Amino acid sequence: MAVVKSIRPSGTVSGRFTGSTRLIIGAVLIVALLVAPFVAYPGFLMKALCFALFACAFNLMLGFVGLLSFGHAAFFGTAAYASGYAAKVWGLTPELAILFGGLIGGLMGLVIGAIAIRRQGIYFAMITLAISQMVFFFAIQAGSITGGEDGLQGVPRGRLFGLISLEDSLTMYYFVLAVFLIGFALIWRIVNSPYGAVLKAIRENEPRAISLGYQVNRFKVMAFALSAALTGVAGGTKAIAVQLASLTDVQWQMSGEVILMTLLGGVGTLVGPAVGGALVVGLENYLATSGLPVTMVIGVVFVVCVLVFRRGIVGEINVFLGRRR
Amino acid sequence: MSDLVLETKGLTKEFRGFVAVKDVNLKVRRGSIHALIGPNGAGKTTVFNLLTKFLQPTAGTVRFNEHDISQAKPADIARMGVVRSFQISAVFPHLTVLENVRVALQARSPKVFHFWRSIRELDHLDAKAAQLVEDVGLGPFLHTTAVELSYGRKRALEIATTLALDPELMLLDEPTQGMGHEDVGRIIELIRRIRKGRTILMVEHNMSVVSGLSDTITVLQRGQILAEGPYETVSKNPAVIEAYMGTEHG
Ligand SMILES: Nc1ncnc2c1ncn2[C@@H]1O[C@H](COP(=O)(O)OP(=O)(O)O)[C@@H](O)[C@H]1O
Ligand SMILES: [Mg+2]
Repeated sequence: MAVVKSIRPSGTVSGRFTGSTRLIIGAVLIVALLVAPFVAYPGFLMKALCFALFACAFNLMLGFVGLLSFGHAAFFGTAAYASGYAAKVWGLTPELAILFGGLIGGLMGLVIGAIAIRRQGIYFAMITLAISQMVFFFAIQAGSITGGEDGLQGVPRGRLFGLISLEDSLTMYYFVLAVFLIGFALIWRIVNSPYGAVLKAIRENEPRAISLGYQVNRFKVMAFALSAALTGVAGGTKAIAVQLASLTDVQWQMSGEVILMTLLGGVGTLVGPAVGGALVVGLENYLATSGLPVTMVIGVVFVVCVLVFRRGIVGEINVFLGRRR
Repeated sequence: MSDLVLETKGLTKEFRGFVAVKDVNLKVRRGSIHALIGPNGAGKTTVFNLLTKFLQPTAGTVRFNEHDISQAKPADIARMGVVRSFQISAVFPHLTVLENVRVALQARSPKVFHFWRSIRELDHLDAKAAQLVEDVGLGPFLHTTAVELSYGRKRALEIATTLALDPELMLLDEPTQGMGHEDVGRIIELIRRIRKGRTILMVEHNMSVVSGLSDTITVLQRGQILAEGPYETVSKNPAVIEAYMGTEHG
């Protein structure tokens, strides 16, 4: 649980502190993430980081565009297969295999986003769900690529840039950490870019943004593609780290789980989804050996959290610190 | 170039059998201030929605600078130079006054899709934005969050944001609605100043604003044009007095 504990205080990053304090907190967090594998299992930490990135990427849509996708498992899972296949069959180096997964995710996002954007609210969510169900069906059918029920097993971790072997879990962990930090930094940049400023305006008042000449659907589809690409990076990294891509990654429950992670951590905050992702993976990991019914406990935690902290963990911390100031 | 900047022919809008706008032929002269008046529910806002394609006309055409824009999308119409304000004040509530105007200035920039660049790249727009904010009398509120502004000031911000696009044709839907006396005076003053080089079509209830500013008035009643002309003529028209001036807003 080291990751969870160490990421938690970062809720304060956007809540109370500015400038140099923020840099210091960021630095402390990075140091915590660097020493984490000496405190907790690297295997668990890698998985937590992959899901943390997945949730952050998903939050780009839900938190910063305001559209609920119920089909992000399609990007996560397909990219996991794509990266796994590229590494195993084509012998691509891990970084290229992951980039390939991101590319596949992004292209899928572009197409699915362009279709789903024609509807809003619940209809948007349903279209994304329906399309992701088709992707799931395809994953079952294409057994020669995906391995069907067995999944794509024995994905090699390979050599980073063809040089550094990632077989050692500690090395692999630092690679996954680097991917996570780059992905997180990219999301931060997207939110704080000229493009992000337009996204914010669209979220604040869409008719007004249209009347100023913004073709809002283009901005939304692009956000969807970016979100899907980063989701693909998360899925691909997971396939390489865990050495497996399976139907679980592409199944609708995965789309539900990422929503849960995001809401739990704090939708629309930058670090919240990462906290939520790590928390859920941590809970699942802990419960798996405890003999308690995993889905039940997570369900209860979720209901309690949503009832007690409506803004999610980080969202509530931000509000609390904002009020005290 | 034609004398008319905007012309509609047979503009009609039905909402499930209810005709909100019926066979409206509107001619707006270039460089004029044209007021659209009429009782509540007459269809004025609906006409604006049809002109800017926020609503699809049931029938009729809209021509802007002699081009048929009946098939264009709302965002495209804004890009052509027809920019509207809304009856219910339309600001970006959680952006500052400066950011509100900057978002409009940014619409012209090719960098709007640059998600990999720093937001600091927009800093060069700040001076222009601050000038526009100053022009509408909001100088002291440059860094105030829009949601905290008084109603009148929100309307002023909306005009600044609209002006940022330097529109050829500006559509103002009740710009002084809900404002106190002083604010109304400031808006009249502002409209006088910004009319140079552009055409303004505005919906307005306040007769002193209409009489003081507009070159032409179109009176709408139950979706149809009742009268048209300069204030002196229209205000003496018995049908208009009966339908509108004599009753609610005499
Ligand atoms: N989207 C809509 N759906 C149904 N009826 C509408 C819609 N918009 C306007 N109306 C109706 O059309 C009529 C004209 O409304 P509106 O154009 O807002 O009037 P005005 O701006 O002149 O007060 C009203 O009776 C209104 O109820
Ligand atoms: Mg109206």
